[in-house]
Amino acid sequence: MEVSRHWRLQEQRYKLVGETCDNCGVKLFPPRDVCLECEAPAQELYTFTGLGEVFSYTTIYDAPAGFEHDAPYMVALVKLDEGPVITAQLTDMSEGDVEIGMPVEMVTRKLRTDGEEGMIVYGYKFRPALAAV
Amino acid sequence: MREVAILGVGQVPVREHWDRSVRHLAADAGRAALLDAGVAQVDGIYVGNMTGGRLNHQRQLGAVVADALGMWGVEAVKMEAACGSAGSAMRQGIIAIASGEMEAVLVIGVEKMTENGFPQTTAALTTAADADYEIEQGVTFVGLNALIMRRYMYEYGYERRDFAPFALNAHANGAKNPNAMFRQPISMETYDNGRIVSDPISLFDASPIGDGAAALLLVPAEKAPRAVRVLGSAVATDTLAVHDREDPLSLKASELSVQRAYAQAGVGPADIDLFELHDAFSVMAALSLEACGFAERGEGVRLAQEGAILPDGRIPICSMGGLKARGHPVGATGLYQIAEATLQLQGRAGAAQIDGVDIAMTQNIGGSGATIVTHILQK
Ligand SMILES: [Zn+2]
Repeated sequence: MEVSRHWRLQEQRYKLVGETCDNCGVKLFPPRDVCLECEAPAQELYTFTGLGEVFSYTTIYDAPAGFEHDAPYMVALVKLDEGPVITAQLTDMSEGDVEIGMPVEMVTRKLRTDGEEGMIVYGYKFRPALAAV
Repeated sequence: MREVAILGVGQVPVREHWDRSVRHLAADAGRAALLDAGVAQVDGIYVGNMTGGRLNHQRQLGAVVADALGMWGVEAVKMEAACGSAGSAMRQGIIAIASGEMEAVLVIGVEKMTENGFPQTTAALTTAADADYEIEQGVTFVGLNALIMRRYMYEYGYERRDFAPFALNAHANGAKNPNAMFRQPISMETYDNGRIVSDPISLFDASPIGDGAAALLLVPAEKAPRAVRVLGSAVATDTLAVHDREDPLSLKASELSVQRAYAQAGVGPADIDLFELHDAFSVMAALSLEACGFAERGEGVRLAQEGAILPDGRIPICSMGGLKARGHPVGATGLYQIAEATLQLQGRAGAAQIDGVDIAMTQNIGGSGATIVTHILQK
């Protein structure tokens, strides 16, 4: 069930809450408490806008256990406007629509079901940015 | 620190071994290495393995393997660093001998992964990635490498077919290795017809899983003056997740580990006669060649297109099939690489023998580059 695990990640999954470095100002997502840039402690919370662009993308046909029923689905590296790159599924678009550099925005969607009777895990995915359409 | 030598080599062919369990595979390779070395007892056993606990319902493989070898009482432990497990076991064995703590060490890499369903095996392999921020998004190992490959193509202007020389070389060389899983050369036409497994990666830009085990017997070089010597041995780490890297197209852990190994050995890229690299995916082979100083950034694929990676090229790679054709039993792969490099140095590589190999290098990659192990050997 791992209820506490999913509860623990809710701020990240639903709101993209990361961190900012006091020392150099770099924004971090996922939060890691230490700055990737200057190695200083970084624990001040920062909520990302959820806007970014496609850095790279692929389609998963052979899915791992837990995701078999969703295949095929698209996964991307998304470069957030504030700097960090994150791994996330693309949604509300088909394979032919996506290209590197395409503006995208974060939405909340179902990620997977934790077994037959388990909880449904929700989190961020990215769709074409409406403002840019 | 004492210099370390490789006195014995043992390999099990990479196959679907329906009749052998994980402990039998490890013991088969271990016994072969002991026999090759003419050694009966060791002071320690280091086992490399990734998925035994999950796919074979068997952990504590140090004791399991010691038990299977009839070496009750010996010090033994398993090392885990995803696909870099066996290289990490080698590193620990070297430290044990070099420090003077042990006089003979058996290192064994073993993996048994062909008897589970595809989604289970894929999920087990994916545990090498970031559980909360990669795996929960449904990305697979192939998927992560596809993301890297597409970006590589975008930044440097390559087509998918440009990566073909890596697959063609690996399969041509695997045909000469009796322990390889695939022993058929492939044509450009076969490459072109490869099923796309995660765009832009096709079947031939990936490597097959398999059951296998490889082992080496290590001793102090002073006790085996004619054996293959370990000139350099280094492990380096990087961020676990690809997305956390400042440059996802640069293998920082490869650069760090190879620089340490070059410094220990007192050599550079120009001195390396053979490079057994970690071609789990073609793009990883390109990134490894770049990180180790054989090609400029973005030129790894060009190097392959020029034929430099062929057996008679400037820097032959995957001389016995690499991960693509020999097969990739993940936690065993790092020791297959070192076993193959050792056989090449000794002139025992049979039909796959490359002339004039004096210094060989191996590089074993854990995950998408978070753990990278480099070894440099000389005859
Ligand atoms: Zn900072």
